[in-house]
Order: sequence, then structure tokens, then C-alpha cells
Amino acid sequence: MIENLIEVTYIIATALFILSLKWLSSPTTARRGVWAGELGMALAICGTLLYRGIVDFKLVAIGLVLGAIIGVPLGKVAMTAVPQRTALSHAFGALCVTLVGTSEFYLRAPDIPPLMMAVLSMEVILGSLTFTGSLMAAGKLQELLPQRPITYRGQNLVNLATLALAIGVAVILVMHPDQVKLFPALIFIPLVFGVMLIVPIGGADMPTVISLLNSYAGLSAAAMGFVLNSKLLIIAGALDGSSGFILSVIMSKAMNRSFTNVLFGGFGQIQSAVAGEQEASPVKSATAEEAASILSAASRVAIVPGYGMAVAQAQHKVRELYDALSKRGVDVRFGIHPVAGRMPGHMNVLLAEADIPYDKLLEMDVINGDFPQTDVALIIGANDVTNPAARTDSGSPIYGMPILNVDQARTVMVIKRSMAAGFAGIDNPLYYLDKTLMLFGDAKSFVGSIVRELGGAGMS
Amino acid sequence: MKLDLLTSLYVFMLAAFIGFEVIRRVSPLLHTPLMSLTNALDAIAVVGAIILAGEHKNNLAAILGTIAIVAATSNIVGGFIITDRMLRMFKASGPKKP
Repeated sequence: MIENLIEVTYIIATALFILSLKWLSSPTTARRGVWAGELGMALAICGTLLYRGIVDFKLVAIGLVLGAIIGVPLGKVAMTAVPQRTALSHAFGALCVTLVGTSEFYLRAPDIPPLMMAVLSMEVILGSLTFTGSLMAAGKLQELLPQRPITYRGQNLVNLATLALAIGVAVILVMHPDQVKLFPALIFIPLVFGVMLIVPIGGADMPTVISLLNSYAGLSAAAMGFVLNSKLLIIAGALDGSSGFILSVIMSKAMNRSFTNVLFGGFGQIQSAVAGEQEASPVKSATAEEAASILSAASRVAIVPGYGMAVAQAQHKVRELYDALSKRGVDVRFGIHPVAGRMPGHMNVLLAEADIPYDKLLEMDVINGDFPQTDVALIIGANDVTNPAARTDSGSPIYGMPILNVDQARTVMVIKRSMAAGFAGIDNPLYYLDKTLMLFGDAKSFVGSIVRELGGAGMS
Repeated sequence: MKLDLLTSLYVFMLAAFIGFEVIRRVSPLLHTPLMSLTNALDAIAVVGAIILAGEHKNNLAAILGTIAIVAATSNIVGGFIITDRMLRMFKASGPKKP
């Protein structure tokens, strides 16, 4: 009787989870999606607490309370810290899965049927590598670890060999589940592999890698569902896994790279060949005053933000610029490249936080057709995603990557600290165009001075 | 403990297809909240951890289970809070704004 009741809560929770993701498809219904998710989660947890096998409620209560205490501050981090928070939460999810898998093994060993052991191995391998991989990603994003990719000769071979070793251990355990001594290796090797996997990843690849880790976290949870024979867990894991997978595909497409290329082929080797070619070409620079007068004379402006805007915390100044220009009747819109920032959708969240209406935030495919009719394209802290070499120079490492065609606008303005190359280390021919004005300075203070100039001109 | 692998595989396959169809429709605008929401939902693994810790079959399982509950619950609580915070920020340029 109680068993059936528990199953009913699980079925309702499953339906609510699917609805939750469905409602997330549009900003108008998205918050309803969160409520559906919360309700489903609450139902499933309450249902589980009814389970008669639970004798130690004290431990459960301690776990839930402690988790909530840690969770609240993690839910209240600044919006700029969302990428590292997300990576950290992937690590926590993977930790949970790995610990449960480990306990299940020691509870059941040595009588584990081969198929069960295979799924259990998958759960533990995916869980451990996602755990350390996500911690590494979070460390890089938080800048506790160097963001530059670290590569060495034969890296891919070493990584693949490590993974093969872990799978080898799993195969032995599937055939001889009584070899309990081997189990720690099944955790330890993937833990090391997770670290090695992220070491060669640079900041610009983070959107793909975070999505991929998201997918792994989901798949490991689904594997846990197989082991525990829990349909609810399988479905939640499959939803999370496919979400991460779709995002990874979108991200790697937006960089014109394959999955394997992101994971196994860093940009590192190519970039040294390109550097130093186009030195000392003349660029035109402009002051905030000049920029303000051009912007106020424009009728259509497209702002292209990148990670540099997030680093400089310039989004609120950008909002002031948006307000000042909108007040003068200038049509201001934003062009968002899928991989701008450090995780999928990063720029949208920052700009929405700064109160910029979401219907002004346009996807690359939507805004690209409009650049020829745009008076000014203002680029703030973005580089490689605006590099026309991706369209024209078949020798460029980013050739073929879809970019925002800002070079088709009548005037291009680029706010940039200096002429240093972008993250991929590739020179950007955009800066040497006749129509391009370089605005050298910190994004936040430069946008601030443009806003002041606009304000002053408005008074007179 | 019977392993009902085949049924599980069917469930997994169907759920993956539903996931693809539903998530493909999510606007790129909301990709960050999408990730934090699926992360919170994924933490339903807490259910397995609760049973593990609650059954208290031995000390190892109980301790690992409790840590697992902590990890998953922090994802649930943190994930839902931050997703809601993000979604509240997305406003249309309607006439409501002064």
C-alpha cells in the first residue's frame, strides 16, 4: 500500500519535471517551470520518507538540513559567478552519485550480477571523473587555477590510456565481482582522469566543457537509476543528460569544432604559428566624446558583448548607455554569440540582471541579417566571435566558425584594453578596417564616459 | 535484487527522446537557467541517498549516504533559488516599465 503511494508520488514528480522543462522554453512561462520542478522535488522527497525501510531519520534530517544550509548561499551568488557555481553544482551532483554507487558496491559485493556490475561501474566512473573535472572547471572559472590551457606532448595518449585503464578495471570487476580490493581503483583512476581532462581546456572552451560535464552528471545519475531500479532517477538523469548533450552540440557548432576537438585538440598548437604576422598595422582610435557623437547620430546600434564585459563588470554601465541612446530615439539591440562568455547563455543573464529587456537580446542568426542596415556596431569585450577571418581566411584556426558579422555595419567601434590578441591568440583583421574605431580603455569606465558625454550633450 | 535492465533501458530511451524534443525548444536566451534547473532536477538522486542513509545497513553506507544527501540537497536548494532569481530578471520591454 505505502509502496504504491510512493510510486504515485514518483510518477507525479516525473510528469512535473518534464512540464518544468517544457515551460522553460519561453521567458513568459519559465518561472512556472521552476515551481513545477520544486513541487515535483518536494513530492518525491516526501514520498521517499514514507519508505518503510528507513529507520534512521536522524541522519536523513542532518543531511537535508546541512545541504539546505550550504545550498542557500550557493543560490545567492552574484550573477557573474554563475559559471563557476554551475560547475561546482555539477561536482556536487557527481559526488552524490559516486558515493551512493560506492556504498551500493560494498553492500552488495561479492554477489553482483555482471550486468549490474557493468552499470555500477559506469555510474562510478562517470561520477568520479565528473566530480574532479567539474571542480577543476570551477577552479579555472574562479581563477584559483590558471585559465590558460596546459598542454604537453602525448597528452591525448596519456588521457586515453588512463580512461582505458579505468575501463579495464571495470571489465575485471564485471567478470570477478569478488575482487573487492580492485574497487578503489575504479574510483581513483577516473578521479585522476577528470583532472587531466580539464587541464588542457582554456577559458574560451568553457561553455562546451561545462555543457559536457552537465551531460556526464546526468548520465551518471541515470546509471544510478539503473542500479537502484528507480525510474524517476533514470528519467531525471536522461533529461539532464540530453540537455547537457544538446547544449554541448550547440556550443561546439558555434565554435565550428567537434566534441573530440574541444576535448582532445586544444587551440594551443596552432596559435603560435599565426602570431606575429600582422604587426604594427595602423589602427584608428577615438575618444569617448567622438564615440558619443557618432552613437547619438546613429539610428540603429548593435551592441556585441563578450566575456570582457563580464570581467569588467560593465553590464550596468551598458544599461545606462542603452537608456541614454534609447531616450534619443536610437534603436539599440544586442547581438549575442552562443559562446560569448563562459557558459551557455552567460551574456543574456548578465544583461537581464542589468534590466535590459530580453526582447532586445538577439541570437546570432537573428541579428546577423541586420548588420548591413546597422549604423554602429559597438563591441564590448568580445574578440574572436567578431573576427571576420573566420569567414574569409581559410588559414585561420577559427576559419568556418560562425561569427557576428559586425564588419558589415557602417561603423564598428571596439572597446578594448589594448591591442593584445584575444583568448585564442588570433589577430583580428576587424581592427584594421577603415570603418573601425578602437576605443582603448577599461570597458566599464569607457562606457561610463560615453554615457557622461551623451548626458552632457543632451542638456545643452 | 532483480535487475530489470530491459525496462530501465526503455524508460531511459523514451526519456532521452522527450528530453531532446523539449529542450531543443528552449530559447538560447535561457540556456543558463536551463542548466541550473536541470542540475536541480538531477539532484533527485537525493532519493537514493536518503534510502541509503536511512536504512543504515552499516556505518560506511550511512556516512556516505549522509554526505550524498548533503551534496544533492545543496544542489536542489541552490539550483532552484538561482534559477528563480535569474528568471525573475528576464523582463520584456513592455509598457509596465516607467
